[in-house]
Amino acid sequence: MLGAAMLLFWLPLVGAGATDKPTQESVPLGEPPPGLALFRWQWHEVEAPYLVALWILVASLAKIVFHLSRKVTSLVPESCLLILLGLVLGGIVLAVAKKAEYQLEPGTFFLFLLPPIVLDSGYFMPSRLFFDNLGAILTYAVVGTLWNAFTTGVALWGLQQAGLVAPRVQAGLLDFLLFGSLISAVDPVAVLAVFEEVHVNETLFIIVFGESLLNDAVTVVLYKVCNSFVEMGSANVQATDYLKGIASLFVVSLGGAAVGLVFAFLLALTTRFTKRVRIIEPLLVFLLAYAAYLTAEMASLSAILAVTMCGLGCKKYVEANISHKSRTAVKYTMKTLASCAETVIFMLLGISAVDSSKWAWDSGLVLGTLFFILFFRALGVVLQTWVLNQFRLVPLDKIDQVVMSYGGLRGAVAFALVILLDRTKVPAKDYFVATTIVVVFFTVIVQGLTIKPLVKWLRVKRSDHHKPTLNQELHEHTFDHILAAVEDVVGHHGYHYWRDRWEQFDKKYLSQLLMRRSAYRIRDQIWDVYYRLNIRDAISFVDQGGHVLSSTGLTLPSMPSRNSVAETSVTNLLRESGSGACLDLQVIDTVRSGRDREDAVMHHLLCGGLYKPRRRYKASCGRHFISEDAQERQDKEVFQQNMKRRLESFKSTKHNICFTKSKPRPRKTGHKKKDGVANPEATNGKPPRDLGFQDTGAVILTVESEEEEESDSSETEKEDDEGIIFVARATSEVLQEGKVSGSLEVCPSPRIIPPSPTCAEKELPWKSGQGDLAVYVSSETTKIVPVDMQTGWNQSISSLESLASPPCTQPPTLTRLPPHPLGMEETQVPLDMSSDPRSSFAFPPSLAKAGRSRSESSADIPQQQELQPLMGHKDHTHLSPGTANSHWCIQFNRGGRL
Amino acid sequence: MLWRANSLRLGGSSETESAHSAQGRGRKRNSALSLLDPWPFPSLLPSCRLASGTATSGTAPTAVIGSWASTLLQDKELEEIKKETGFSHSQIIPLYSRFTSLDKGENGTLSREDFQRIPELAINPLGDRIINAFFSEGEDQVNFRGFMRTLVHFQPIEDNEKRKDVNGPEPLNSRSNKLRFAFRLYDLDKDDTISCDELLQVLRMMVGENISDEQLGSITDRTIQEADQDGDSAISFTEFVKVLEKVDVEQKMSIWFLH
Repeated sequence: MLGAAMLLFWLPLVGAGATDKPTQESVPLGEPPPGLALFRWQWHEVEAPYLVALWILVASLAKIVFHLSRKVTSLVPESCLLILLGLVLGGIVLAVAKKAEYQLEPGTFFLFLLPPIVLDSGYFMPSRLFFDNLGAILTYAVVGTLWNAFTTGVALWGLQQAGLVAPRVQAGLLDFLLFGSLISAVDPVAVLAVFEEVHVNETLFIIVFGESLLNDAVTVVLYKVCNSFVEMGSANVQATDYLKGIASLFVVSLGGAAVGLVFAFLLALTTRFTKRVRIIEPLLVFLLAYAAYLTAEMASLSAILAVTMCGLGCKKYVEANISHKSRTAVKYTMKTLASCAETVIFMLLGISAVDSSKWAWDSGLVLGTLFFILFFRALGVVLQTWVLNQFRLVPLDKIDQVVMSYGGLRGAVAFALVILLDRTKVPAKDYFVATTIVVVFFTVIVQGLTIKPLVKWLRVKRSDHHKPTLNQELHEHTFDHILAAVEDVVGHHGYHYWRDRWEQFDKKYLSQLLMRRSAYRIRDQIWDVYYRLNIRDAISFVDQGGHVLSSTGLTLPSMPSRNSVAETSVTNLLRESGSGACLDLQVIDTVRSGRDREDAVMHHLLCGGLYKPRRRYKASCGRHFISEDAQERQDKEVFQQNMKRRLESFKSTKHNICFTKSKPRPRKTGHKKKDGVANPEATNGKPPRDLGFQDTGAVILTVESEEEEESDSSETEKEDDEGIIFVARATSEVLQEGKVSGSLEVCPSPRIIPPSPTCAEKELPWKSGQGDLAVYVSSETTKIVPVDMQTGWNQSISSLESLASPPCTQPPTLTRLPPHPLGMEETQVPLDMSSDPRSSFAFPPSLAKAGRSRSESSADIPQQQELQPLMGHKDHTHLSPGTANSHWCIQFNRGGRL
Repeated sequence: MLWRANSLRLGGSSETESAHSAQGRGRKRNSALSLLDPWPFPSLLPSCRLASGTATSGTAPTAVIGSWASTLLQDKELEEIKKETGFSHSQIIPLYSRFTSLDKGENGTLSREDFQRIPELAINPLGDRIINAFFSEGEDQVNFRGFMRTLVHFQPIEDNEKRKDVNGPEPLNSRSNKLRFAFRLYDLDKDDTISCDELLQVLRMMVGENISDEQLGSITDRTIQEADQDGDSAISFTEFVKVLEKVDVEQKMSIWFLH
């Protein structure tokens, strides 16, 4: 692999070498072009982007190579390896091209390489942790950097005065202060690269890392002020210039932060209106953040601060506004860009160091600088920590201080700044460059290598990466409220008081302004955590359950995985309908607010796809089966629920009919469902091709299932708005079946309870990603229901189904269709379904015939369906828009009367 | 057994208190508070206490609001509060000043109404629960001592040695006591478990109206399942502690009292 990387690296060189000749030859000769060339070598037209691409490729390949060996990367930080690789590559370049090429240019670095890294760190900054420790971070960033710069500069000057620095280093106090200012700043790139692998506890990490980000303002100011002082000459510096220097510190830092916040505001506001053009959402994030960076840079404010604040400020609102897919895209793109930039930076650093023409060595200066930066960093940390600890709830102990001192890594920022120095104004530039390179290499390689063992040896509290639990989130919220309340009682307007204030302000005004109304309404942190946990569970469930089901064509009811699925599906079923059902027809009739709808959507979403923790607990532990009385209790619960639903379904049926009159266009025919009682293999989802109708006719209800936002986005995200078709069958069938097939108790043919996927399920992004989640209700379900209750069970389940969607979807658009002849409907179906994104709701109107006319063919198809996994593998039904498959076909027994 | 020493020294109702001693923490607070128990006849109180205050302590803190109540904080009481809670002198004085300014009835105790008058507390979703936490069971008044005893839960934990030598009761601001405080906010019926209903109530207070009952129900279910280890569909204190073992309670349940 390394060889391959090397080979790749040679390419541009060879290319460059090769292209030199044609250009040299063709220009002096000036011959007319020899007709049509079959082959033309146009290296120079593509040179720049080609080289960029190749460098990134080399860097990425190097990364792959490093990570082939877990042993190496666990010992040596990646940044060290990259720098070493850069050194090797630089040597090769030097040997081949006879001159140093491909160095780290300050322009490239500041305009292209640094922004992604800073944006990434700002955007994914744990904001709570950051603000919790803001005081400490600011202290270290401002006071610490100032301290480091001045002490290092003065000490070096003292060293020179003492004659320990060779006299050929022509530098005065100001030069040394300038050097001190650029060498003193802790570098975010280096810190991030090293600390991400060390995993110290979050507080320690955020303090060191936050410092490295925020000290940019100080570094920029110090550098600029010192630089201009040097250029003016120390004799010309007026007292007002010092004052201006101090004032510019505030201008640069606050200005940078303000620019960042303005762009964060713009970004959040923009994403509020992207619901129809989801595809550009990720782009917007990057564009506006980059614009913030460039704007700050243009105004010579602190660009790093601007991007950090932009990322930090916009995240909450942007994440709420953009779609789930965009969120993933943003995340991955950001991480990719940052990782690329980081890799390239370190590699280029290595390459740049090879160029000996740039630097001049002076041992006294180099060793002195190394010593001073380490010493004053440590001293500064200890002093500041001592002060800070007077005010900290949890004081930073000695070990923390050691890590903080030792973690003050210098990096590419210092290098780029030193390269930017003007040699005519700063005669000792070459010495400074050499010293900076040594310092950077020393901190990144030596300190980077040793910090891990050090942390281990000192037994620094490590961060334990645990997944957030609902309990933690909930209780931490409680803690926050308690603390805010206690501060109120004490009358002390401290941190918690202001955080509380801010949260209220944010909730009242800011979020309302910046968040999409739908997003704002469902915004709640506890709910978010719950939502995320459920999605996580569901995905892992799909991974396991889906696999099991698809691999076993003859899934036996006794299979544990299916058991759990079946049972949970039932509970979810009940839950779902419970949330949507409403006994008051008036309530249903009124147009529900977007919030209600969204709540329902969310809820159904979650409930539909998930099984209850109780079940999982049981299944995963496997310690015992459901105890008898648990089962009984559940039976009772199920029965009671069913009874309730039946009543509700009665009403809602009426309600549906009312609506259907308003919109009589036929959408979709109903399907006759194969009776599950007689046929144990009957399944939930009906394949779209299965259009056999046993009923004489069907009432079709078309449900406008998607909330406005989602349906709006249908143009761009087709898969997000699949329609749902509910096929209802008359009840009498069930009743009859229950009685007619008395034999069915003999053969305990399990009945399939059709799931009720709601509209909500359709639009869940992760579901569409995974393939739609067809809730699988296995035959095991019936085991819950006592035999004597089965008729009622069936009925109520079906009534459940019929109910499940109207409340959660938009009732106003329900359409009732007059009964249609079977044949006609059959032909219509596919086209209609594919063209209409809305879900259909079909009720067979006739009770009488339903039970009798069972077709044999429909028995087969359910069997095939049975093979289909719970989730996924129904993709064909949803992804092929030309067929009827783009809709879910749900069959269920119609329990109520129509 | 600090409280007992106090009460004995007071000589007031030591017998009843020792009888209470077996009844655990809750009672302990009541009995220990006898020092500052509201005088049944408020009219007699000022002169009486004032006199003793000026007589016994020339150095009584006076840096408080000029009401008569300010002088009530005697050295002796101050010392005891210090000893019991670990608050420093400079922390107690501003708190006492705050206490008296909250005390609109000027009887040396705070009622629930006094707390509810704090405007920010009124909008705190858990405000009522937290107010309740200041009152021991069955009481509707809290004196300064009790006030401090509740507040001390939020004192940052220090690894100082001076409190270690007291091998007696765990300091009130220990991790476990902080957690206990939070736990009691949930546990309304004081049965030492957080039941589904109790959790749901707290959730309802904390989340906005945007979350439906149904959703809350599922959150509650999940929360309980997550924490529940013995399968009783409720969270016991041990389970509560276990769930939060990774949380930096020391920091998240501490506030910065002025020195």
